[in-house]
Amino acid sequence: MTKITSLNQLLNLQDQIIEQKRDDISTQSFRGWGQDKFAPQALKEDQELDAPRGKEIRVVLRNCTLIDPESLDDYITQDGYQALATVLEQQTPEEVIEIIGKSGLRGRGGAGFPTAKKWELTRNNPENPKYIICNADEGDPGAFMNRRVLEGDPHSVLEGMAIAAYAIGAEQGYVYCRAEYPIAVRTLMNAIQQAQDYGILGKNILGSDFSFNIELRMGAGAFVCGEETALIASIEGKRGEPRPRPPFPAVSGLWGKPTSINNVETFANIPQIILTGPEWFASMGTEKSKGTKTFALAGDVNHTGLIEVPLGITLREIVYDVGEGIKKNKGLKAIQTGGPMGGCIPASMIDLPVDYESLAAAGSMMGSGGMIVMDEDTCMVDIARFFMEFNKEESCGKCTPCRVGTYSMLEILNRICKGEGIDGDIEELERLSKVTRIHSLCGLGQGAPNPVISTIKHFREEYEAHIYEKRCPAKVCSALIRYEIMIDKCTGCTFCAKNCPTGAITGERRKPHEIDQVTCIQCGICFQTCNFNAIEILPGKAQLVGEHS
Amino acid sequence: MKDQSSKQEYGLNAPSMQQLLNEFPLNQVESREVIDTILGSYKDMPGGLMVILNEIQSQIGYISQPIQEYVALVLNVPVSTITGVVSFYSFFTTKPRGDHTIKFCMGTACYVGGTQQLIQKAQQLLEIEPGETSPDNKITLEVCRCVGSCSQAPVVVVDEQLYGRLRPSKIPPLIRDILKKYEGS
Repeated sequence: MTKITSLNQLLNLQDQIIEQKRDDISTQSFRGWGQDKFAPQALKEDQELDAPRGKEIRVVLRNCTLIDPESLDDYITQDGYQALATVLEQQTPEEVIEIIGKSGLRGRGGAGFPTAKKWELTRNNPENPKYIICNADEGDPGAFMNRRVLEGDPHSVLEGMAIAAYAIGAEQGYVYCRAEYPIAVRTLMNAIQQAQDYGILGKNILGSDFSFNIELRMGAGAFVCGEETALIASIEGKRGEPRPRPPFPAVSGLWGKPTSINNVETFANIPQIILTGPEWFASMGTEKSKGTKTFALAGDVNHTGLIEVPLGITLREIVYDVGEGIKKNKGLKAIQTGGPMGGCIPASMIDLPVDYESLAAAGSMMGSGGMIVMDEDTCMVDIARFFMEFNKEESCGKCTPCRVGTYSMLEILNRICKGEGIDGDIEELERLSKVTRIHSLCGLGQGAPNPVISTIKHFREEYEAHIYEKRCPAKVCSALIRYEIMIDKCTGCTFCAKNCPTGAITGERRKPHEIDQVTCIQCGICFQTCNFNAIEILPGKAQLVGEHS
Repeated sequence: MKDQSSKQEYGLNAPSMQQLLNEFPLNQVESREVIDTILGSYKDMPGGLMVILNEIQSQIGYISQPIQEYVALVLNVPVSTITGVVSFYSFFTTKPRGDHTIKFCMGTACYVGGTQQLIQKAQQLLEIEPGETSPDNKITLEVCRCVGSCSQAPVVVVDEQLYGRLRPSKIPPLIRDILKKYEGS
């Protein structure tokens, strides 16, 4: 394997590969990706990434599905590594930071700290060696943008990291990838190996006197490791517990040395900014939030999957243009952004522009980019309970406000969902939220009350219905509903009786069936499986109407 | 394997170590070799503990108390450090899993999409709770964090194979398929 030693050589190689591909295409029939390739399962039947719709612009996702993630040659044909070669030959590290500063790129991990500023702080720290870390611990439930970039275009992340390393003066980089993404890990390892073979990583990159290497580290299923100080502890081989900041990682990070931690998406943006220029990047987005952002659109929209939209787009445009509206033409109830520490934005605020400041003002946050659309059949108390359960499970337990606060809030929410809420619960939740938010050590604890705060703020009447009327308006909370079979619609197909986990449904074949309310656990399987829509959900506790006891 | 001098360094002759080596799975030549190879290659790597534990988890399948003590002796750190790390991360298990693992994704999209009902169906069929292994050691049920395939919610991962858009009625055939693998052998 010949190593690439200059920009010119890289450009020649690109021409050669394109020529070669042209010959291949004209002489052979088209070769798709084989089964043996690392292509993720979802990619084979691409349900995740579709052609751009609405206002979408693809910057980070530009190569996904278009190139073979296993092939460095493919990446080179898409101007790959030209940004790195240009930077190494023509620019000083300070100039690189200046370009990124001009583009207005902000951290895509959620907090939105200006990337150039972070690099500058790390660079100006006199201590050596310095480290660069790519945060690929994408733990938010409902978010899979980073996984897709790592699986579909790993070299763009590596290139971004190399440029960042040159800018801050680091010689060693780490990618911290979560263990739930085995395909991303394999694709990345393969990409790092290829880059080393071509002389793009390693000693004297592309013929310059800059050396840089990347190592891949795997997480082990701890959500809190996405927090930067916890992530550093995990790379050091310790329990992934956060520590107080300051000192920030730019001052004292990995092994006490200056460290810059950036998100996968941030890195994937860098090569394009260098190649196309910061003015182009800054032309997209709003005054304070520049560029594009990827979102994982999920939930009750017709078109789920990955999207990439310019910042400043309204939620309405995302839901109705890009997402093509709500499933079954139901009404929109809320949009949840920012993962488990984000908040729910009610349908009434649908014209809110999506940027860091507006989302924060609405009580939610940008987060890494999960966006879950919920229709009118969603119970907001149940959603708050779900996120609180997640936060309670993932709280590392180091600081008391987060450990005890999430636990106590979950207890109250569980009680409310069971129909055992009492007067004063809402006020107690508000008090606990405040304490946890103010006093917790890291972002997890500080953000943990957000789902509760935002649902109480926008959907207080649902909490009240649960507590005072023992009624779940969305008919979700199983203790507050009962299932009944509509006699005139039931055909007696016995399908529900076969599927019922507790055997609560009885009846003769071809005759209307009946649900025994005492044995019924309100799991809803019969409701989902009935082919004749003969099962209805009624409000009110099952025990109150049970006559068989 | 390592020569005599490195054994000395490991404290392999210490009485506690001798006792440890008689415990399962360290008394199995095969697993012992796997663990030794892993320790040999990552022992001196900075922050290598996570890498070592990840490797042991994926190759042996679990990190039981004797393995933790062994790793602690070789790395020359207190056992509490190892146990602390093992208990912190949800991917590390101290008990062996079944031959096949069914993981139910508990991400938001899957939760809203009805993971609870899938779990109930599987519980009913296998008569075990999530986190438990069936008595014949064939299937382990697990609840896991978002696997990042939200557009196909609800999702179940069997070993490394992913099944999307599942309904409770699809669970029995799925389990039947797993058990079918045993009939041939």
